Amino acid sequence: MRLPPSPEERIDRSRTVTFFFEGEPIEAYAGDTIGSALFAAGRRVFSRSFKYHRPRGLLCCSGHCPNCLMQVDGAPSVRVCTAPVREGTRVRSQNVLGSLDRDLLAVVDKVGGPFTPVGFYYRTMIRPRRAWPYYERFLRRVAGLGTIDKHARRSSRFDTEHRRAEVLVIGGGPSGLDAARAAARDGRRVVLVDEGLALDAQLPREDGFETIAPARAIGIYEGGLVPVDAGDVLLRFRAERVVVASGAIEQPLLFPGNDLVGVLLPSAVRRLTRLWSLRPGERAVVITADDRGLAAAEDLRRAGTSVARVVDLRTTQPAQMAARGSHGRVRSVSVDGDSVDCDVLVMSGGSQPAYSLLAQAGARVEYDGTRGIFVPRDLPPHVEAVGSAAGEGARGAAAVPAASYRGTESGGRCFVCICEDVTDKDVKRAIAEGFDSIELAKRYTTVTMGPCQGRLCHLPSIRLYARETRAEEATIGTTTARPPWAPVRLGLLAGRGHEPAKRTSLHHRHKELGAQMMWTGEWRRPHSYGDVAAEVRAVHEGVGVIDVSTLGKLLVSGPDAVSFLERLYPNRFGDLKPGRIRYAVLGTDAGRIMDDGTIGRLSERDFYVTTTSTGAETVLAWFEWWNAVWGYDVSVDNVTGALAALNVAGPRSRALLARLTELDVSPDGFGYLDAREARVAGVPCLLLRIGFVGELGYELHFPSPYAEYLWDTLLERGADAGIRPFGLEPQRILRLEKAHVIVGQDTDSESNALDANMSWLVKFDKDDFVGKWALEHVRERGPRERLVGFEMANGTVPPEGGQIVVDGLPAGRVTSARWSDAVGKAIGLAWVPPALADEDSRIEIRVDGRLEPALVRLRPFFDPDDERLRA
Amino acid sequence: MSFLLSCPNCGPRDVNEFAYAGEVTSRPAERPSVRELATYVHFRRNVAGVQQEWWFHRFGCETWFRAERDTRTNAVLATEAAHAEPDGQAAPAEAAVPDVPAV
Repeated sequence: MRLPPSPEERIDRSRTVTFFFEGEPIEAYAGDTIGSALFAAGRRVFSRSFKYHRPRGLLCCSGHCPNCLMQVDGAPSVRVCTAPVREGTRVRSQNVLGSLDRDLLAVVDKVGGPFTPVGFYYRTMIRPRRAWPYYERFLRRVAGLGTIDKHARRSSRFDTEHRRAEVLVIGGGPSGLDAARAAARDGRRVVLVDEGLALDAQLPREDGFETIAPARAIGIYEGGLVPVDAGDVLLRFRAERVVVASGAIEQPLLFPGNDLVGVLLPSAVRRLTRLWSLRPGERAVVITADDRGLAAAEDLRRAGTSVARVVDLRTTQPAQMAARGSHGRVRSVSVDGDSVDCDVLVMSGGSQPAYSLLAQAGARVEYDGTRGIFVPRDLPPHVEAVGSAAGEGARGAAAVPAASYRGTESGGRCFVCICEDVTDKDVKRAIAEGFDSIELAKRYTTVTMGPCQGRLCHLPSIRLYARETRAEEATIGTTTARPPWAPVRLGLLAGRGHEPAKRTSLHHRHKELGAQMMWTGEWRRPHSYGDVAAEVRAVHEGVGVIDVSTLGKLLVSGPDAVSFLERLYPNRFGDLKPGRIRYAVLGTDAGRIMDDGTIGRLSERDFYVTTTSTGAETVLAWFEWWNAVWGYDVSVDNVTGALAALNVAGPRSRALLARLTELDVSPDGFGYLDAREARVAGVPCLLLRIGFVGELGYELHFPSPYAEYLWDTLLERGADAGIRPFGLEPQRILRLEKAHVIVGQDTDSESNALDANMSWLVKFDKDDFVGKWALEHVRERGPRERLVGFEMANGTVPPEGGQIVVDGLPAGRVTSARWSDAVGKAIGLAWVPPALADEDSRIEIRVDGRLEPALVRLRPFFDPDDERLRA
Repeated sequence: MSFLLSCPNCGPRDVNEFAYAGEVTSRPAERPSVRELATYVHFRRNVAGVQQEWWFHRFGCETWFRAERDTRTNAVLATEAAHAEPDGQAAPAEAAVPDVPAV
């Protein structure tokens, strides 16, 4: 099948490569593409068209058209005409039912009827309504191109690389190379990217500039950003100057039968004959509007194909042209009624500058009537076009006569868009239906929206449009060019798959103890260590320890620290004595609760602020933001990662601590809401006596490198007291028994401190604080809803988010609910209308469609007078 | 959105390093009416043109600064650090403040 060896050819006949097509081994030479090897093996039908399932064969051989899309090693829609052969690759056809040569869905092409005209699915498949699921299943099966194996695992690792260049040249053709060399001579840092599809010429490896190939620029964005698809790496180039040398694209001609197998563009002839030494066929006809077609005729002759006729549209203006075929293969061409048998038809409708990247960058696109092409104009600063991308040398088919469009009357379909199977008739129909702007017609007919993204159909469709509407191409304009310019794998855009996790210093201790880990924001934390009830019991009866290192920890220091905090928080801090702690809620100027935590005063000018686990970074940025305006003399240091924290809680926690520290931990020496600095087991600690879980307890904050040592020591020395580590789930039950609020769980972005029963901490007599005015307004207006506790009458635990129902209407929602062994009831927190926010109010909660009765509780469920907490 | 933004500390960087925190707004100096409060908290000018806005160099030096950007072209005309007053006094009352968490 191959021609005699030639010095130009790119194949190495001494090395063979075997790959599989539909399971059958195919022998190829090194240097072949999958497409050239299949062609050499006698294959002519490479795909079935999108809608009509018409046979399609190689057309451009340049990676532009949709005619050779196949599944390669599981990846759908690979253009095999440019995909190099590799040993063992498995290639399959796509979008066929049966085989490429006998596709059962080709019946669509024969039947015609309601399935063929443009927009049929909008009109045909809407009735009867209930049949839509069947239509949909059918359409999903037959529409689209390749298939993706949804269960396939990640097959390659994608990365993103940020790069800079003074001059980025896109395209390695002669003009691109000239531009790169010139810029390099000027001492610029130059990078040239090329698709590597210019198989005709190897890119020279030169000093002076970097060449990246095969790689494709997929767009030009603002700020000189050019993402480059380099296989498994996305290079995000920032370039001071972008030179676009993307060349021009050969255009097809419009005539009936222009999609038959055997119809080729000149580049396909050139590549098949010269690079892979293949004979495209036995007998050819060439119809051309430029010199490329004439060159192709030369190539054909050299390859031994007899050229039966050459029609140069620049000198002859045929009134009629049509290709006829059988079984989808071209058999004859008639020009003005004169029929010539052939199995190859070369069509050349001129070449259109590949201006898409320039248009994306902001260039205006103008129709050049004398040449019949669109050319880029008014380039934005820092972007330039060279060579045929700028319109140099390119010419369209201005000479193409009207007759060539007189397609369908003479039989056979005339395709404007081979990707989406849009015929000239479809475009005419769209115009007749009133889609009288090119953008609307594009959306209705989907012309230019297929895999070639307008490379082969943009110019012909606009020219046809102009002819049909008797308008000038220049006034019709073009459709908007949008990235990506070339197909991109989604994985490349997604980048490397990674899920960042924050782990505390005790992560491995938790794992060793068999903790079930869970996500809380970015943190990994123990849900429990296997026995939630026992962990709760340990805290109530003995002593438990929980890793709370995830708490946000900020040091606020400076002469203005008090003023700063008092202006941020609704609380007062001026009267807080050193060594004391206060619960504080952070709000916005809209009065909404943003975060909460404890603030301990370490000295006159130093405060230790804790935040929620997920709120640390937000709160830090919030502090800095406000102080960017206020300019208080304070510094805010984030010590979240530097310090670990443990909460030792339970009636025996004091005794345990007494063994480990010389600090006076007696109730008088270290009372509730006191803060002390002391050594615990030799580790310098900040001890905060606070009790989120409702029992006597101490939070120890200390340098995180000591975390495992202190954890081990506590578990060892507390063993006789029955110490148990406890996780988040037991902590949630314990805090719910005390009706302690979790910001973000029990409050949302609409909650304010007054409605959430925190009015005691809002000091309206302060001059100003963030949210003061909004809260004043809330106070005057009165509450709209209240956060209350409830207990279920019959022990059912309602779902979080469950509905509170009053008189059959939704009136509130459950935010937290758990079963509590200590209380012996199902308890929870809920937002209810103010009228129901009274002790013993009866409410109903929807559980599994039933309404379950519950009673409102305003006080903590467990230890309501905080006797255990303050012990 | 892929423009460059010049951080007052770090120089020109990709916009993805920054968090956008909205138009610079003006916090009322005196107790506002409900209408004024709602305007300050919720209403934005949303201009097609040059506006003052807040940016935070989130994946960088964590500095807050103001930028002047043309919303039509994303051209950043100027950036300036929101300097604390040298004497530690609060900035003038008409200084702008945010109403939403920055990140």
